[in-house]
Amino acid sequence: MIPAPFDYVRADSVDDAIARLREDPEGKLLAGGHSLLPAMKLRLARPSTLIDIGRLRDLAYIREDGDRVAIGALTRHHDVATSELLRQACPIVAHAASVVGDPQVRHVGTIGGSCAHGDPAGDLPSVLLALEAEFVARGPSGERTIPASGFFTSLFETALAPDEVLTEIRVPRTSGGWAYLKFNRRAIDWAIVGVAAVRANGGVRVGLTNMGLTPLRATGVEEAIASGADPAAAAARADEGTAPPADAFASDEYRRELAKVLVRRALEQVLA
Amino acid sequence: MAATETFVGRSVLRKEDPELLTGRGRYTDDLSVPGMLWMAVVRSPFAHARIRGVDVTRALAVPGVVAAFAGSDFRWAGPLLMAWPVTEDLKNPPHYPLATDVARYQGDGVAVVVAESRGAAMDGAEAVQVDYDPLPAVTDVEAALAEGAPLVHEDLGTNESFTWSLTNGDVDAVFASAPIRIEERYRIQRQVPNAIEPRAILVEPNIATGQFTMWDSTQVPHVVRTAMALATGISESKLRIIAPRVGGGFGSKLQVYPEEALALELARRLGRPIKWTETRSENFLATHHGRDQVQRMELAADERGKIVGFRAHILANMGAYLRIISPGTPVLGAFLYCGAYTGEAYQVTLTGVFTNTTPVDAYRGAGRPEATNAIERAIDALARRVGKDPVEIRRINFMPPFTEATPSIGGLTIDSGDYHATLDKAIELFDLEQLRKEQRARRERGDVRQIGIGLSTYLENCGWGPSRVIGNVLRYAGGGWEAATVRCHPTGKVVLVVGTTPHGQGSETAYAQVVADELGIAVDDVDVLFGDTDVAPSGWDTYGSRGAAVGTPAVHRAARRVREKARAIAAHELEVAEDDLEWSDGAFRVRGAPDQARTIPQIAFSAWTGHNLPDGVEPGLEASSFFDPENLVFPYGAHICAVEVDTETGATRVLRYVAVDDVGTVINPMLVEGQVIGGVVQGIAEALYEEALYDESGNLVTSSMQAYGLPGPPEAPTIITGSHVTPSTTNELGIKGVGETGTIASPPAVLNAIVDALSPLGVTEIERPATPEKVWRAIQRAKGERA
Repeated sequence: MIPAPFDYVRADSVDDAIARLREDPEGKLLAGGHSLLPAMKLRLARPSTLIDIGRLRDLAYIREDGDRVAIGALTRHHDVATSELLRQACPIVAHAASVVGDPQVRHVGTIGGSCAHGDPAGDLPSVLLALEAEFVARGPSGERTIPASGFFTSLFETALAPDEVLTEIRVPRTSGGWAYLKFNRRAIDWAIVGVAAVRANGGVRVGLTNMGLTPLRATGVEEAIASGADPAAAAARADEGTAPPADAFASDEYRRELAKVLVRRALEQVLA
Repeated sequence: MAATETFVGRSVLRKEDPELLTGRGRYTDDLSVPGMLWMAVVRSPFAHARIRGVDVTRALAVPGVVAAFAGSDFRWAGPLLMAWPVTEDLKNPPHYPLATDVARYQGDGVAVVVAESRGAAMDGAEAVQVDYDPLPAVTDVEAALAEGAPLVHEDLGTNESFTWSLTNGDVDAVFASAPIRIEERYRIQRQVPNAIEPRAILVEPNIATGQFTMWDSTQVPHVVRTAMALATGISESKLRIIAPRVGGGFGSKLQVYPEEALALELARRLGRPIKWTETRSENFLATHHGRDQVQRMELAADERGKIVGFRAHILANMGAYLRIISPGTPVLGAFLYCGAYTGEAYQVTLTGVFTNTTPVDAYRGAGRPEATNAIERAIDALARRVGKDPVEIRRINFMPPFTEATPSIGGLTIDSGDYHATLDKAIELFDLEQLRKEQRARRERGDVRQIGIGLSTYLENCGWGPSRVIGNVLRYAGGGWEAATVRCHPTGKVVLVVGTTPHGQGSETAYAQVVADELGIAVDDVDVLFGDTDVAPSGWDTYGSRGAAVGTPAVHRAARRVREKARAIAAHELEVAEDDLEWSDGAFRVRGAPDQARTIPQIAFSAWTGHNLPDGVEPGLEASSFFDPENLVFPYGAHICAVEVDTETGATRVLRYVAVDDVGTVINPMLVEGQVIGGVVQGIAEALYEEALYDESGNLVTSSMQAYGLPGPPEAPTIITGSHVTPSTTNELGIKGVGETGTIASPPAVLNAIVDALSPLGVTEIERPATPEKVWRAIQRAKGERA
C-alpha cells in the first residue's frame, strides 16, 4: 500500500506532457489517478515518472460542437453527470457518469482517464462505443481523431501511442430512447456486467461492459433488432462474440446470462 | 428543592464524540517519537512452503534501511499466548512471531526490516530474498481431514487439533424414536473483520530504566502486557501498554499478534523506538479471520413440529495456528444449537481443524452467529417439513417466560426471558400481515421480483465471566472479572478508572451515566480513564459484549462504596447518626429535615482537607471494586426481514428489517440502538456480501476492499428497532449485553427470507453469502430438478 519510488513532474501544457512522455518511456500520465494510484500502491504499476496533467484545466469543458458535444478529457465524472448540455443532448453519457464509483471518485476521476485506462469494466467506454463517439489525441506530430470502434484495443490497452495525450471526446446528439443498466453488488463497485443501448438511425446500438478484454458492441443483438426481432429474441444473442471474465464476483456463465437479461431489459426501455 | 437530574435510561449524547467526530482523536498511527524507526514484515506469498533460506543482504543495501532479520535470528522466551486449550489433549504447535522452517499461510511472516522511513522499510522488505520450496496446501476443513491431505504441521501427523463435545440427555434414543428427523448442512463462510483502523504499534524503549511503552491499536492492553512478558521475557513491571483511540476491532484486536512481539523485541535490540502500521492489504492477510465452519445440524421432532432432540456436528477451521482463543470460539456457541427452544436431548461435537489459511479467531459474535445460523435455518426447514408457518413453529418450541434463572437443554442456566414477547412485538412493528399480502399478490402475478420474509428468534450468551466457570468448566486460562475505581477530586469532579477498554461502543458515556446517578453529579463531571496499563492496571478489557454486563456492575459498586464512605462523613458533619440520613435528590439528607444535607462535592472537599473526619475514617474519597459475575447474561430477541429477489438475476435487497431485542436494563437507549443497527448491518453483510475466498493453492482471492464485499451505506436498509426488558438476574443492575446481538441474529433472518421468496420455485437452501450468482444458481438448480 506504499508505492515503489517514482519521480513526479507537473506538466504545464499538453505539449509539455507530450515532451515529458517522450523523455521517459516508463512515465505515466496522472489525471484523476483513481485507477493508476491503487495499482501503484499495490506495486502492480511501477511508473518511473508520474506526469501530472490534472491541473490542465483548459482540458475540462463540455461544449456544443455542431451536431456533437465535445467533452474535454480532464472533465470530472461529476461535471459530466450534472451537465445540463449533456442531459439534454446526450443523456446516456451524463447518466453513465453518475453511476461511476462513489461521490469521491466522481469528483476526482476524469472521463479521459477512465477511457485511456482501457478497463473493460469501466462504465463510460461501452456507452461511448454504443454512441460511436470520437476520441481526439494529440501527439508530437499533431492531432488525430480515433473512432470508438478502433480506440479500445485490448485489456488496459488503447490506440493511443506512448507519446500521445487524449484531449477530447466527441459524442453525437441523441434524440431517441436510451438505457445504461449497470449490474453490481455494491453501489461503489465496477459493473459485473453493464449494458448500454441507444436508438440510432432507426436501429439500436448496444454496448457491453465487462464482457471481454475490451468494451464490446453486441452486434448480434443489433442485427436481430434490425431484422425485426423482438427484445427477448434479440437479447438471446447478447453474448455472441463475447469472452466474459471469471473472477471473485461472477463466473463467465453467469455474466453471459446477465448480459441477456440486461440487454432484454435495456431494449424494452429503449424501444418503449 | 428541585430534583437532581438523573441520567440512566436516557439517550445522553456520547462524551467521546466531540473528539472523535472532529478528528481530534489520537490513534496510534497519529503518534511519533524522536528517533523512531519503521518496521516492515516480509510475508510468505505461498500458503505452504519450506523456507530454505532468507538473505537480507540486498535489503540492508536499500537507502534508509537500518536492520533486517530472518525468523531464525530471534530467540523467544515463549510462543505467542494461546489462552484457551478447550480439551486436555488439544494439539497446539507453538507459534512464534516469525516462521523459521515452514511458512503455513499466505501472509505468514518470515523476516522483518527496520528503516528510517515507512517507505524505506517497505522497499527493504521487497528486497529480502527468501528461498521458498512450495508445498501442497489445504484450505478447506473437510479436505484437511481427508486421507492423504497435506499436513499443516507435519510432526502432528494430523490436521485435527481437538474434538470437544457436550451431551445432555439420551440423544440416540430420542432421535431413534422421533417420527420426524431432519438433517441440514450449512457452510459458514470465512470473513475478514475489517476494522476501519488497521492495526498499529509504536514501542518506545527507555534504555536508562529498561522500561518500554507500547502504544497499540488493541482491544486488550492488559492481555497484551502479560503475553508480551511471556514472549520476550521482559518483566510486566517494565511494560506499559496504551491503547489510545482505537478505530474498531470486532474481535480482531482482542488478539496478541506477532508484530507486537516483534516491535517490542526490535526496540529492545536496537534501543530505538519502533513503529508499525498495518497496510490494508496486510490486514486482509495477517489480522485474524472469523467464522469458517461446516455444520451438520439435525433435529428430531414430533409430527406437530415440537422439537425433542438437537444434534450438531461442527468442523471449525482454525487456520494455520491456534491464536489466543481460536479453539474457544466455536465453544462460545456450543450451548446455543437449541436456540430459545426446549427439547429432551442435546448433543454438540466440535472439531477444530488446521489449514493453510490465516488463523481464525473471534469475530463479532464469535461462535454464536454460527450456532444461531444452524438452529434458525434448521427450524425453518422443520417448519416446511411439517407444514407449519415459521412463526407458529417457533411458538410451539419456545421456552415459556421466566424471571428466575432457568436451565436450558443446551446446558446453560438462563438469567431471564420472554421469547413470545419479543416475537409479538416484532410482528407488530414489521406489519407482517401487510407484507404477506404483498407477497401473495406478487406470487399470483408471477412477478420477476418476488418478496420473501424471514425470521430469526435468537438466544445468545455473553458478558464473559464468571472466572470460576470459564476457568474450571471451560478451561479458559484468563479471568472474567472486571475492575473499576471511582476517585473524587476536591471539587467533587470525578475520575472513573475502568479495566475494560472501550473502542467505539460508547462505554465512557454509559459508565459516566451510572456514576453520575450514584453520586448525584452530572455526566460531564465524570471523566473516564482506561486503556493504559499504568493508569488502569487491573482488568480484562472489552470483547464478548462484556463492557456493560461485567464492566458496569464494577463501576456501580465502586461508586456505591464512595457514597457509603461519604455517608459516614455527612452524618458526622450534620451531627446525626448515619441511619438518620437518606440519599435523595442527589444528596444525603436528614430524615424529616431535607434541607439539612450534604452533597458528594461537599464531602469530597471535606475528605480532601481531612479537618473534620469522624474517628477511624481515612481521608480521601475513593473506592474500587473487582466484580466477578455469578453467571453469563443471555440477550435474545426476534428479528424479521423482508427481501426482494430479482428471479432473473438473483439480485437481492433487504426491503424491511425489524429487530426487537431484550438486552436487560438499558443504560442509554441511543447506544443500544446504535449497537443493534451496526450489528444487523454487519450481519446482513455476512448473509449477502462478505466472503474471504481462497483458491486451490491457498491464495486469498478476496484480499482487497475492491474484491471483498464489505458493503457501505447505500447497501444498508432502514432498520426498525424495538425492545422488551426482562432484567438479568446475573447482576444487580439487570444488564445483559448488546454488542453482538445484531450480528448473531441477522444472517439467518436474511437467508430464511431469500428461501421464503424462492420457495414457490422449489428452492429450499441458499449458500452464504447469498450473492446474486448463488441465488441465480439456486433458482436454476430448482428449475432443473422440476423439469
